[in-house]
Amino acid sequence: MTRFEALVEVTLRPGIADPQGATIEKALAALGFDRISNVRAGKAFRLHVEAANEDEARKRVADLCQRFLTNPVIEDAAISLEPAAPADR
Amino acid sequence: MTARIGVVLFPGSNCEHDAVEAVEKLGGQAEILWHGDRSASGVDAIILPGGFAHGDYLRPGAIARFSPIMTAVEAFARDGGPVVGICNGFQVLTEAHLLPGALQKNRGLTFLCQTVEIEVASDQSVLTSGISPGTRLRVPINHFEGNYTCDQRTLDELVGEGRVVLRYVDNPNGSVGDIAGISNPAGNVVGLMPHPERAVDPLLGSEDGAVLLRALLSVAEAVVVPADAGTTTANS
Repeated sequence: MTRFEALVEVTLRPGIADPQGATIEKALAALGFDRISNVRAGKAFRLHVEAANEDEARKRVADLCQRFLTNPVIEDAAISLEPAAPADR
Repeated sequence: MTARIGVVLFPGSNCEHDAVEAVEKLGGQAEILWHGDRSASGVDAIILPGGFAHGDYLRPGAIARFSPIMTAVEAFARDGGPVVGICNGFQVLTEAHLLPGALQKNRGLTFLCQTVEIEVASDQSVLTSGISPGTRLRVPINHFEGNYTCDQRTLDELVGEGRVVLRYVDNPNGSVGDIAGISNPAGNVVGLMPHPERAVDPLLGSEDGAVLLRALLSVAEAVVVPADAGTTTANS
């Protein structure tokens, strides 16, 4: 068994209005940040998962995203995985 | 016989007593059902009230869906028992897949607390049974995440099958198709963002919510739900 650290980024699906991202983007100009666009707001989760290999770990996290961490009607998840740092094991 | 209405109390619910009060004022018998219980046995209808179940953590309704009582609510709904989710209760029903779609943040990112006009769009539900489509009602809304959304196919189904139960006359939150409330195909599960339980007395500014709750009470009185509906065993 290997312990992986997963980063799950949840964002609204394309086509779903993202009023939070749009409001942040509008505020950027007022702060003098130009040439910044396509702001999307979301949320992120970090978690550890034990699995035989990376494929299995990814499958389990994807299932978790599908059933709990996202609402698939409006949200997508991007999963990145890496072996957990030894200090965290 | 007097209808017995179970009102589910999740940690963070805050409209359960309004619902109990409204049901009793209209002649029904109400009781609180604790979210940690596994049985809803004996009630004639279930209300999932408004509030912030489980702090709305993750997403509104996302964690409430896993409360033990929800297995009983699902069984009760499957057996044809009337289930109405109001506001946060509507969010719980979509997360539990008892109703399609999702409720996202209001257009304009504003928490809305105001009385709005809604129109009955279908009388084929436990909440609108016997009320003529087109009837307009003034009922308060009180939400941040009430902007109903779903894919086009679901929307076509909802509209085509007469499952859009209530529509906003002047859409306050960006809901697709001006949807304020929908039902499942059988019409026994209804979710709505407006709060009918807060509009049952002239002192509250409107009595129009009573029209909807009276319909629910009459259906609940008439419906014969198997005595063991909503009962789950350890194995199920």
